[in-house]
Amino acid sequence: MAETLTLGKALNHGLRRALENDPKVIIMGEDVGKLGGVFRITDGLQKDFGEDRVIDTPLAEAGIVGTAVGLAIRGFRPVCEIQFDGFVFPAYNQIVAQVAKMFYRSNGNVRLPIVIRIPYGGGIGAVEHHSESPEAYFAHTPGLKVVTCANPSDAYHMIQQAISSDDPVVFFEPKRRYWEKGTVELDRPAEAELHASRIVREGTDATILAYGPMVRTALDAATAGAEDGRHLEVIDLRTLSPLDLGPAYESVRRTGRCVVVHEAPGNLGLGSEIAARITEECFYSLESPVLRVTGYDVPYPAARVEEEYLPDLDRVLDAVDRTFGW
Amino acid sequence: MANGESEVGADVPAGGFVQLLTPDGERVDSVTTAEGTTYTVDFSDDEYRELYRDLVTVRRLDTEATALQRQGELGIWASLLGQEAAQVGSGRALRPQDMAFPTYREHGVLYTRGIDPIMPFGLFRGVDQGGWDPNEFKFNTYTIVIGSQTLHATGYAMGITMDGKTGGPDGEAVIAYFGDGATSQGEVNESFVWSGVFHAPIVFFCQNNQYAISEPLERQTRIPLHRRADGYGFPGVRVDGNDVLATFAVTRAALDNARQGQGPTLIEAYTYRMGAHTSSDDPTRYRIASEVESWQAKDPILRLRTFLTKQQIADDTFFADVDDSAKSLALSLRERVLAMPDPQPVTLFDNAYPNGSPEVDAQREQFVAYHAAFEGSDH
Repeated sequence: MAETLTLGKALNHGLRRALENDPKVIIMGEDVGKLGGVFRITDGLQKDFGEDRVIDTPLAEAGIVGTAVGLAIRGFRPVCEIQFDGFVFPAYNQIVAQVAKMFYRSNGNVRLPIVIRIPYGGGIGAVEHHSESPEAYFAHTPGLKVVTCANPSDAYHMIQQAISSDDPVVFFEPKRRYWEKGTVELDRPAEAELHASRIVREGTDATILAYGPMVRTALDAATAGAEDGRHLEVIDLRTLSPLDLGPAYESVRRTGRCVVVHEAPGNLGLGSEIAARITEECFYSLESPVLRVTGYDVPYPAARVEEEYLPDLDRVLDAVDRTFGW
Repeated sequence: MANGESEVGADVPAGGFVQLLTPDGERVDSVTTAEGTTYTVDFSDDEYRELYRDLVTVRRLDTEATALQRQGELGIWASLLGQEAAQVGSGRALRPQDMAFPTYREHGVLYTRGIDPIMPFGLFRGVDQGGWDPNEFKFNTYTIVIGSQTLHATGYAMGITMDGKTGGPDGEAVIAYFGDGATSQGEVNESFVWSGVFHAPIVFFCQNNQYAISEPLERQTRIPLHRRADGYGFPGVRVDGNDVLATFAVTRAALDNARQGQGPTLIEAYTYRMGAHTSSDDPTRYRIASEVESWQAKDPILRLRTFLTKQQIADDTFFADVDDSAKSLALSLRERVLAMPDPQPVTLFDNAYPNGSPEVDAQREQFVAYHAAFEGSDH
């Protein structure tokens, strides 16, 4: 059944499916129960699945993830909600030192099928700690898998794929896209693997690599670019660890130009690693260096200037222009 | 006294503790706390003798491990010397269905779980990260970051409740081990909050060995540690951690309460780390010899031996036999440690992810090809 859903509601449907399909799946976090989460992503789930499966936790992020580890050892599949990107750091020790390492430490004996959902990114006019993009910290950590969805259909399928995976998955949700609508096939299986990138717009002149909230920005740039006769190929990376750059290599070998876009600061961000790999793999096809369009290397700024901080259509097209002027 | 109204002998911490065997080997029949809980043990002669055998064995194995480290055969060793009663008493109080979450020093608890004592040596020798299957042994992997395991234990205990496995004598319970230093960690305090809120079937077993590496207890707390429990809404009790009988009694009662659905307990086992924090530490820099000597007089093994002798439960033949068996176990352990093979280098790529990773797979292939290129050379 195809339905038009917002990205947030698609996540809600995906979580509901996961709860229905496996009695070991539990949801835990701050305000996820009666309130349905501050973004209402878990709306109605506690009412239908009970307080033992959709758990309002004490206000302690290390506790949410740390107890999820014990529950996972016991055989549960916890889905943890971290309320905002900037609030994940109290849980950082548990995620990086425990969740990421347990399978390795235990010689493969302990699987921790934990999903840590984090609404991330800016553009919602919020105060400090509510607009960050901390994905590189986690993508840098061996033992974690990191994914992000960019549209309602992926939101619905990827959250279920992440929950059914035995790998620990950090699941970044583009919070400013929660209200964007799209078609979701509720009863059809996912079209793509969890850890696969995907071409979302075909083009011939340059390749734009983006993920999460920046996919929409990249697509808008491609639409605007087409009016000027530039045909941009847009790839939604979807998986940040492991990266799936096969389609990007193939694309860049065709276009000869590549721009990577993300909201996180550029210094040692995902774009750095991606640019390095594309340079290694596509060196003789490149007409110009791989360029990055990112947030600046400052703390996330005040809301009244965030539009100047965030990559937008114009900055993406400016970078594309520069690849042609090299 | 907060705990215990009996004669507990000399040199007791202010506020007292539960003690059933004095440093002089005198048996205290029972102790009733101010809250009205009575602790006692009713062991047969055989059971007393087995506890003694446990204490001697875990100390002897520990001594062997310290020697192996000094001889360069282990990278590091965290000795349990002085804490044998706290570990054996609490470990023997566990029932088979109970789950333990240790730190990196719980070799004595591991032994009481019936686990081959070789198991943690992979970690300390550096041939692996110390991995085993926690569910097979009901004993989680050693956790090195201080206090992190208390949250894992709490989550596991919540899972017991969600599985409906509390409420009767067959119920399951969890014990979380940690030290006095760990009580300052936010995660340990979070685990107290969570366990209280969710009424989890868990016993927090704090071995207060008086030091967090060099820092004395006064640097961690202004009140006796067991009293922290008041703030989280569950009982706290202090026990003489050098008294294997009292440690057993208090832990068994707390675990049985937990399995019956009566929620968490914090146990402070008052003991002393007789050795260094680890083989890399030098305790002469931060504590004086007379303090160590005063604790030698409270030795956990000596007092039980005195008791067994006085009560004619055991004689010199028995003690000699225990020493001999412990020694042969230790020597066999030594041989097996020395025989542990170094892992094949390529195995460093194993077990990064349950579902694998194309990136790690590619690096493994490159690693193999790189090393294959040196075949036949001296590389």
